[in-house]
Amino acid sequence: MDSGKRILEVRSLRKHFPIQRGFFQKTVGQVKAVDDIHLHIDEGETFGLVGESGCGKSTLGRAILRAIEPSSGSVRFKNRSGGIVEVTELDPKELRALRKDMQLVFQDPYSSLNPRMTVLNIVGEPLLCNQIAKGDQLRERVKQLMEMVGLDSRHLERYPHAFSGGQRQRIGIARALATEPRFLVCDEAVSALDVSVQAQILNLLKELQERFKLSYLFISHDLGVIRHISDRVGVMYVGKLVETAHTEALFTRPMHPYTEVLMAAKPIPDPRKKKRKAVLPGEIANPAKPPEGCYFHPRCPYAAPVCSEKAPPWTEVEEGHYAACHFAGQLDLQGAGAS
Amino acid sequence: MSEEHEVLLQIKQLKTHFHLDEGILKAVDGIDLTIKKKRTLGIVGESGCGKSVTSQAILRLVPEFAKLEGELLLHRTKGNQKGEQVDLAQLPLRSKALREIRGGEIAMIFQEPMKAFSPIHTIGNQLMESILLHQSDNRKEARHIALGTLRKVGMSNPEQRLNEYPHQLSGGMRQRAMIAMAVSSNPSLLIADEPTTALDVTVQAQVLDLLNELKETVGTSIVFITHDLGVIAEMSDEVAVMYLGKVVEYTDVDTLFHGAQHPYTEALLGSIPSISRSGARLDTIEGTVPFPMNLPSGCGFYSRCKKAVDGVCNVADIPLVEVSEGHYVRCLLAGQ
Repeated sequence: MDSGKRILEVRSLRKHFPIQRGFFQKTVGQVKAVDDIHLHIDEGETFGLVGESGCGKSTLGRAILRAIEPSSGSVRFKNRSGGIVEVTELDPKELRALRKDMQLVFQDPYSSLNPRMTVLNIVGEPLLCNQIAKGDQLRERVKQLMEMVGLDSRHLERYPHAFSGGQRQRIGIARALATEPRFLVCDEAVSALDVSVQAQILNLLKELQERFKLSYLFISHDLGVIRHISDRVGVMYVGKLVETAHTEALFTRPMHPYTEVLMAAKPIPDPRKKKRKAVLPGEIANPAKPPEGCYFHPRCPYAAPVCSEKAPPWTEVEEGHYAACHFAGQLDLQGAGAS
Repeated sequence: MSEEHEVLLQIKQLKTHFHLDEGILKAVDGIDLTIKKKRTLGIVGESGCGKSVTSQAILRLVPEFAKLEGELLLHRTKGNQKGEQVDLAQLPLRSKALREIRGGEIAMIFQEPMKAFSPIHTIGNQLMESILLHQSDNRKEARHIALGTLRKVGMSNPEQRLNEYPHQLSGGMRQRAMIAMAVSSNPSLLIADEPTTALDVTVQAQVLDLLNELKETVGTSIVFITHDLGVIAEMSDEVAVMYLGKVVEYTDVDTLFHGAQHPYTEALLGSIPSISRSGARLDTIEGTVPFPMNLPSGCGFYSRCKKAVDGVCNVADIPLVEVSEGHYVRCLLAGQ
């Protein structure tokens, strides 16, 4: 993989939220929601980000877009003219221009659309405020966008309440695509949908990707969805990436015990395969007070003394397969099977 | 589906219709189900198919303006009517018998434990309330039972939890408390309405294991309602697939996953992204679930079905037919 194909490169990205107490709002600690993340995404590629609630996957997605300000680190993005920009150093005006290239699709199709705006206004808003189109031209473009995502373009004047959950998610996608972005962050974009509708939206996202050469950062807690849509996958635990690899490699040869546990915990829709390994004890660590050493060691079935003393380094175990575990590559971990 | 399992609850032609200004909303429209002792019946379907209303109808928890028809024959295991069969649908809403059955014999676990618990009472008080209602008049003894149940569901630090409020517990712990409340009076039937949908996978695995364990040790039957076919595969003995208020397929779990005959079941199974394969394209079901009001006659799935035949499927209501022993399908084309 040469770096010329990269659309996004994230280095040592951190987002720490201060914990403030008392009358003077003294800072008494830090929640390390995103802690020293390295990742890259190629053009036309889908990077799947998976983890349990509270692991910081949404914060990471937003910090990359600077929808929340990262604490430190670097986000390098290739804009549409081919130049590399450092997103974290842009001033507000430059950032606004760049936002045309990077958009966000939200989880909840009910709360992410303004109930008092028509579809025309919702989908047309990014075109208006970026001064791309107005008037009849805007109307035409919105019609086009609606047909692109599989909606009836006669429904321009309708309000969100007249649409079902799946259709609303399509409106959200149309809005994100309005400025012809090259990179989309899909934050749990299919989690609120029924499985048959979820399949429709996943297929739509794949089609759009092929048609417009889009790159996705696809955030989900559902390993099945992640395996289906991603080219490469990153697994997060308490603010840190614990493993990234190509999808096939990750699912057939996981290198981090947490990845193994996540896969084993996912119920398989086949009663003949329902033999599950031992259930993971305990709960996800508190990001305000994470344990010493490896954050996963109190729950890890393979933990050794070194795990509670030293944080594991981020190492490339095989080509393109990174893991943060002292024993990466030495453990015999079970995957979910080849496809 | 062998004879050795005694029938606990027999649902016959259960209907729940809501009479609204716009028309009649048929949320549950004539379902027949059998719940056997120590078995788990899974009910699966997409949102709006009537699976939750079914579970609420069993406990008569539907609003009073809803019209409930059919029979809910419960084999009672407690109280002075022990051993008798009562029809829950005929019991007066404020009767003593219904109060005994709710929580005492049939208990319910809700999806959102945060909404199901009162935020201003401690976990201990809420647990003891149901115990005081059904088992004991002595507060000390009730507290003792509550403590024992919390231990049984694997709650860490049970003594401390009794004095805590729901917001102080994590999602998984709250769901455990909810389960503790439901099993505290050893019910013969546990209705679990999407109990793990709001939980993370690793916590979900813990809760599913706990429910299976309780089924073995306490010997309760479970009605497990979910939209997740993976969970169904793991939990159920028998499965009913619901669509638009009707059961479209009803069989044992193995047949459902390896010999489904209804096009809707097949389509549902095809649309799950699996963790053991990465496919190019998922099968989808075109369109969306119609609104269950003023539906055209014929099969409810007609508008979305790939195999539908005009003039056959959209003429009259389709009956639920037994295609092989214990395997019921509501499709005229089943087996073809």
